[in-house]
Amino acid sequence: MPYTGRNMRLFWAILIGLSVLTAALRGQTGEVMPAVIGSLWTGARVIVSLIGVMCLWLGVMKIAEASGLTRFFARMLRPLVHFLFPELRGNTPAQAAITMNISANALGLGNAATPFGVQAMKELQAVNPRPKTATDAMCTFLAINTAGVQLIPTGVVAVLVSFGSDNPTEIIVPCLIVTALAQVVGVSTAKLLQRRRRK
Amino acid sequence: MMQILSAALLPLLIGVIVAHGAYRRVPLWTTFVAGAKSGAALGVRIMPYLIVMLTAVGLFRASGLMALLTDGLAPVLSACGIAPELIPLALMRSFSGSGTLALFSDIVATHGADSALAKTAALMTGSSETTFYVLSVYFGAVGVTKYRHAVIAGLAADLTGIVMALVMAKLLWS
Repeated sequence: MPYTGRNMRLFWAILIGLSVLTAALRGQTGEVMPAVIGSLWTGARVIVSLIGVMCLWLGVMKIAEASGLTRFFARMLRPLVHFLFPELRGNTPAQAAITMNISANALGLGNAATPFGVQAMKELQAVNPRPKTATDAMCTFLAINTAGVQLIPTGVVAVLVSFGSDNPTEIIVPCLIVTALAQVVGVSTAKLLQRRRRK
Repeated sequence: MMQILSAALLPLLIGVIVAHGAYRRVPLWTTFVAGAKSGAALGVRIMPYLIVMLTAVGLFRASGLMALLTDGLAPVLSACGIAPELIPLALMRSFSGSGTLALFSDIVATHGADSALAKTAALMTGSSETTFYVLSVYFGAVGVTKYRHAVIAGLAADLTGIVMALVMAKLLWS
């Protein structure tokens, strides 16, 4: 789900202002309207394609959910969660929420992942001695989330489909490799920094 | 090898899921439609954000402002084999999901969906999450204000994603 923070909203206004100013200074105000219209077309095409891809994907995932496959997938992730969060041994609710969040993210179910993620954060906060400060487990958990491994990058595939790519799924495995590397670096960084702090 | 896997993964996944659903006697048609409905809703919800961002991105490129900013870097970048068009995307990645999607769409629209540039941008876009969004949502939900090393870890992952996307694209498509 795209999100735009306060700074980004300001940045957006500045970007438009500076762009129009640049066009005016360079005597290219004639370029402005075609650019906007072109953008509208791009947006419309991408959304149509995105709706198509998301309908297919979320339809299939609903079947996986009903048949128990998504639960099976989450179970497979459990050992990984045990390994990454040794401090949560015995804290079953936190582990379960983290597992469900990672699993939903991996399956491209961002809407389902967020409630699990918030639930996980609440469980971690319940055992946090300093409620304003992030715990090590929180940092590791969010490192996993900010790197975001997704089995099928549906949004990216949708954009490639919308502009008639010959082979929009070509990027799936390379993307998986890159995102896995990013994930490893993110989690390792979190782990390394927590150890240094503890000494 | 990678190409065969890429082409096979999605159909295989769909095949296995539908077959397993049939085996477990899930009502396939109605279940699929129920899921698909939420896909349509998602697209409609994203639309205004994407359009609003694309408008700015389109202006940014057409006005020449983007070239003005990236031209200075172009000699350095081309020496490393990096297209200057990717710089705004790399800078946007950690900050805004809709901004990233808009920049990526603009690159695909401008250079073609089968260009090496578009595929590199695809890897960049798909390899990471919007770090600052994730942090603000999850920390915000429980009122944590000191993020500690979560920010550095998130940005390290983003940087890895961007660099490895460039490396991977060089290996595969140049």
